[in-house]
Amino acid sequence: MNNREETLIPKVGVITDVRIDTPDIKTFRVVTPDGKKAFDHRPGQCAMLSIPGVGEAMFSITSSPTNTEYMEFSIKKCGCVTEWLHQAEVGQQITIRGPYGNPFPVDDVFAGKNLLFIAGGVGLAPLRSVINYCRHYRDRYGKIDIVYGSRSKEDLLDYKEIIDEWANDSGVNVHLTIDREQPDWDGHVGFVPNYVKELGFDTDKTAVLCGPPIMIKFTLEGLIALGFDKTQVYTTLELRMKCGVGKCGRCNVGSKYVCKDGPVFRCDELEELPNEY
Amino acid sequence: MRKCSLSAMNSVFAEIAKEAALYLPVDGKDGRAAYTKWEEGKEWSSALNTVKSPKDFFFPQTEDLMEFKTSGKNIEIVDVRGESEDFVVFGVRACDVKAFEVLDRVFLSAPVDSYYASRREHGVIVSVACTRPSETCFCQTFGIDPTGGAGDISVWKTENEVFWQSNTEKGEALMQKLASLTEECGAEAVEEQKAQISAIMKKLPLASLKADAFGGGKTAELFNAPEWDELSATCLGCGTCTFVCPTCQCYDIKDFDTGNGVIRYRCWDSCMYSEFTKMAHGNNRLTQKERFRQRFMHKLVYYPENNEGLFSCVGCGRCISRCPISMNIVKVMKKLGGNTNE
Amino acid sequence: MQKITRDQLVEKAVSLLEAGTVSAVLGWKKGEFDYDITPALFKSAEEIKELFVWNDFCGANFSKYLVAKAPKQEGKLLVFLKPCDTYSFNQLLTEHRFDREKVYAVGIGCEGMADIDKVKAICGDGIVSINCGEKMAVGTIYNDAETLIDYADVLAERCVNCKSKKHVAYDELMGDDGEVIDSDRFDEVARIEAMTPDERFEFWQDQLSRCIRCNACRDACPACTCEKCVFDNPKSGVENKAPANSFEEKMFHIIRAFHVAGRCTDCGECSRVCPQNIPLHLLNRKFIKDINEFYGDYQAGAEVGSRAPLVNYTTEDLEPSEVFDRRDTNA
Repeated sequence: MNNREETLIPKVGVITDVRIDTPDIKTFRVVTPDGKKAFDHRPGQCAMLSIPGVGEAMFSITSSPTNTEYMEFSIKKCGCVTEWLHQAEVGQQITIRGPYGNPFPVDDVFAGKNLLFIAGGVGLAPLRSVINYCRHYRDRYGKIDIVYGSRSKEDLLDYKEIIDEWANDSGVNVHLTIDREQPDWDGHVGFVPNYVKELGFDTDKTAVLCGPPIMIKFTLEGLIALGFDKTQVYTTLELRMKCGVGKCGRCNVGSKYVCKDGPVFRCDELEELPNEY
Repeated sequence: MRKCSLSAMNSVFAEIAKEAALYLPVDGKDGRAAYTKWEEGKEWSSALNTVKSPKDFFFPQTEDLMEFKTSGKNIEIVDVRGESEDFVVFGVRACDVKAFEVLDRVFLSAPVDSYYASRREHGVIVSVACTRPSETCFCQTFGIDPTGGAGDISVWKTENEVFWQSNTEKGEALMQKLASLTEECGAEAVEEQKAQISAIMKKLPLASLKADAFGGGKTAELFNAPEWDELSATCLGCGTCTFVCPTCQCYDIKDFDTGNGVIRYRCWDSCMYSEFTKMAHGNNRLTQKERFRQRFMHKLVYYPENNEGLFSCVGCGRCISRCPISMNIVKVMKKLGGNTNE
Repeated sequence: MQKITRDQLVEKAVSLLEAGTVSAVLGWKKGEFDYDITPALFKSAEEIKELFVWNDFCGANFSKYLVAKAPKQEGKLLVFLKPCDTYSFNQLLTEHRFDREKVYAVGIGCEGMADIDKVKAICGDGIVSINCGEKMAVGTIYNDAETLIDYADVLAERCVNCKSKKHVAYDELMGDDGEVIDSDRFDEVARIEAMTPDERFEFWQDQLSRCIRCNACRDACPACTCEKCVFDNPKSGVENKAPANSFEEKMFHIIRAFHVAGRCTDCGECSRVCPQNIPLHLLNRKFIKDINEFYGDYQAGAEVGSRAPLVNYTTEDLEPSEVFDRRDTNA
């Protein structure tokens, strides 16, 4: 039966680079042992990473599909698997399987639209994939606004990439904010939902939200107040997952499985679900 | 249709067991029936059903998925899958046969679960018609016919005879092996039994239970029903209902360090368990009420919504018999079903 | 048949509720049939009058519910306790697991509870009615006449070996109190002790291999009240819903028996709720028997605040060498 396909059996992956992003987030570069990308994915999709004997967990793929050489995962230290990964060195093998889940509709719904990305903390990780995808195919999209906030300057993920690359692109506006004042920061200070309201975006945009649940809740309220419709706003969910393919039952909410029907949902679709995500 | 005498069943079992592992309900030392591998001396139980459902044959409580050998920073993944051997499950009731369809829609939908699929392909299901349904039976609520006609082969047991009819190619192949032990016959005795059982079914206390109030599209109406508080108030949060249920299919994947490599295995899990949805940074179902509701909403609303109205309850009644506090899906349906069950 | 009637209990519950002595009632609620009775929290007199039941199938021990339910209650919670339940009640109080002031306990006599599986073994399946009169009258769809059953023939195992008809805790007692019974409950343990180690291993292997790890024994057990069970804690290294190998299935039950040793009152809930009919109470009884033999008779829960032998060192305690010497006679 070894010739049967089996999604639960992963591939071996090798960590070829570890970047320390923030005090509790590291970005891992992963390829197969022969140096190739483990599989192709679409922006917003996820992969299961595991360390034998420690466990397996779902992570969003941070790198853009347009990167054909490797995949990146920005991972915050918060449980068994992530703690172990944070101690891992370059050359460490792990296992990887995927891609899982529904991607952002970058090639149809997003095409030709002005885009507004709003992220908080490690919530930038899943958005980095789609932002870089849209930057790569810059001419397919309208104006791009990126609002990103974190606790402090040190907690801003991909800070260097944001400042050196994103902010220099034409038609891309980056709006950074941190929660509290600090000496080496002359940018905006305040929470993301308030900053979004202050920036007062036009409703001619498709918005993509990702961050802590409380940030999503208040930001969405803010967008609605600005006149956005829920059908214009996308977000991603995160629940406990084991199989990644809608069978183990863990991430079941209503008739949806977040691993397979999500993690990307349009906010009006979320309204149809029972409120337990 | 073919038949043999009841007294010839030992020879029939011996014949089947020559080429495939044969499992059938056998009474245990404690008097309760359990699926047991047939060998000389094992007798077919006359119990209505087993405490544990036959889902184990395709979705075992624990199974190894793969092994890992690690050395230094390196990992080797060992595929431990073997092709399942041919086996026959004899004596499955109609409710449990229907449960395989419920499981199929989960495990055989893309991407196919190869572990389950291999067992499913190599397993032959021989159903047996019910003759003495229990007060806890409510398969008819879900349109299941307990009087026969399910699985690869249907069997009817009368006082002295056993009647056989194949329903699939797999079943026909097995029937041909039994040709010398069975003889061609008419269907009169079977028809007579069917009529008798149909009459009994109407007398069952749960005969009038209807599932009309449930099904796809009922989430908004039922999810916030105030009755969940009361229904779940004394639930112990154990997994008995889940583990005796023929359709519950949630599983966990875990690693076990043998000291000589790591085995990644899967095991049954229960949405009734407090840590089922627990993540490093939170839990989206914090109370037993939410977990309790999930189990029943899944069976009665979410699953049918995704599967053309098919409920993921087959009315076998095991949860009714085995719940430590006698709370069960029938009580849930009656409480939430409103007037349809008055 | 129970001497106290359902009507007496309903009257008591309603009067305590209406007088404001209690704000809710933990009682038994009518099911679909006459035997599938569910523990329930009653909040109104109407509900009690309509749905409260008391018959020979009211086996559930309510003591453990007090841990979760009493703190949430405004005012007191009325709980009905059978004699064996009162031992669990006291043991939980000894362990400070609920606030005594939040509970109003009414002791009720018990003539022993029936085991529905034993009833079905006599009258068959298809039960449509059970009337608990002088004899238990069971109607089924298959028998024209009701089957009349002697209660003694369908008594649950734990009631056959009832250890006490005496209530060791209550605010109020309905009916007369009974006595502690010199039961034969350790006979089965002695029989297992008399086996050879191989026989004994085979006995438990046979029993415990049926375990499906549903955790019903643990979740029903009034001695298992840890806020986070070691078997639910991923960091414990033993958090499993299924045994990873054949030793682990025994490990769960052996560890559980050790954890409740000296605290188990022998209420028998573990065996009552086991869907696989595993006589789990025998593991606990083995501990109780050993404790009695090593340290003198001790009944957990007999009084509040008692120091169990295992947590109470005295110079009279048995030396380890004396325990070791017993190894040849039993393990």
